[in-house]
Amino acid sequence: MRAWKRHGRGERARYVAVLDPAEASVLRGLVGQVDDMLSGRADAVPQDELAALTGIRTGPSTAPDDPVLARLLPDFHRPDGNDAAGGVDPDGAALSAAMRSVNEPELITAKRDAIATLLASCPGGGGRVELTVPQAEAWLTAVNDVRLALGTALEVTEDMPEQLPPDDPRTDHLPVYHWLTWLQDSLLTVLLP
Amino acid sequence: MRCAIGSGSPVGVLPLPQRLPALSAPVEPAPTVEELPDELVGADTPWQTIVWNDPVNLMSYVTYVFQKIFGYDKQKATALMMDVHQKGRATVSSGSREKVEGDVAKLHAAGLWATMQRAS
Repeated sequence: MRAWKRHGRGERARYVAVLDPAEASVLRGLVGQVDDMLSGRADAVPQDELAALTGIRTGPSTAPDDPVLARLLPDFHRPDGNDAAGGVDPDGAALSAAMRSVNEPELITAKRDAIATLLASCPGGGGRVELTVPQAEAWLTAVNDVRLALGTALEVTEDMPEQLPPDDPRTDHLPVYHWLTWLQDSLLTVLLP
Repeated sequence: MRCAIGSGSPVGVLPLPQRLPALSAPVEPAPTVEELPDELVGADTPWQTIVWNDPVNLMSYVTYVFQKIFGYDKQKATALMMDVHQKGRATVSSGSREKVEGDVAKLHAAGLWATMQRAS
């Protein structure tokens, strides 16, 4: 694909790119994997009758064991995160548990909504993609989540090289990560005023 | 954080052949809690939203998210992003527990690594 282009201005702006079939397939495949992980996490929580009655969903109180899911659904509190003057917060673990329980269902819904928007506007066989402003924002979110997932799985670092040694097991997948980085940065460039 | 300049495929070519990496591990059921402990609801303690540096989020994206979520102008959003990048963390908002909780939730939805803590 070439860089994203903007047509028009303001609310009428459209963001346009053409994906070839392989690019669309890889993007949709990875986004779909993240969606599966998020729905699996949501489905693993038993919902009681009260939740069914009130519509108030309760999420798990503990962080995911899987490092990729843990990066997508971070804790609300970091026990060692206080300033020197603040000392250690004894309520930290309870705070994280309570906040996660309250917020995680909505967070998963928000991420899956962005994914659904991307999948609905990215043709399966590749081709022209034309996005409204809200759709472009959903793409940014969904592509970023894929980069977080892939970056965690590949253990990328801030100064990750363009290529890894041939014997590194991550060698085959790193180009996909770099391509997603390029796609996201290109979209940001035209989206920012 | 990462600067996209100089990284990635400059002409956006996705190299082939592609085999999708497996991202997931089996999901285990996790326990739930029903209520906020009373001591955490603390009425008037000020709270802070902290954003931490991470190796994936792009500098341009972090700046965009700060503008979008907090309505900060580009200059302020960029300064906060540079704090995160160079110092490893930055306090990006503060206020009541409810407000800061909402800010952290929005930052998590955008994929940033954010936490909340009592102001020291």
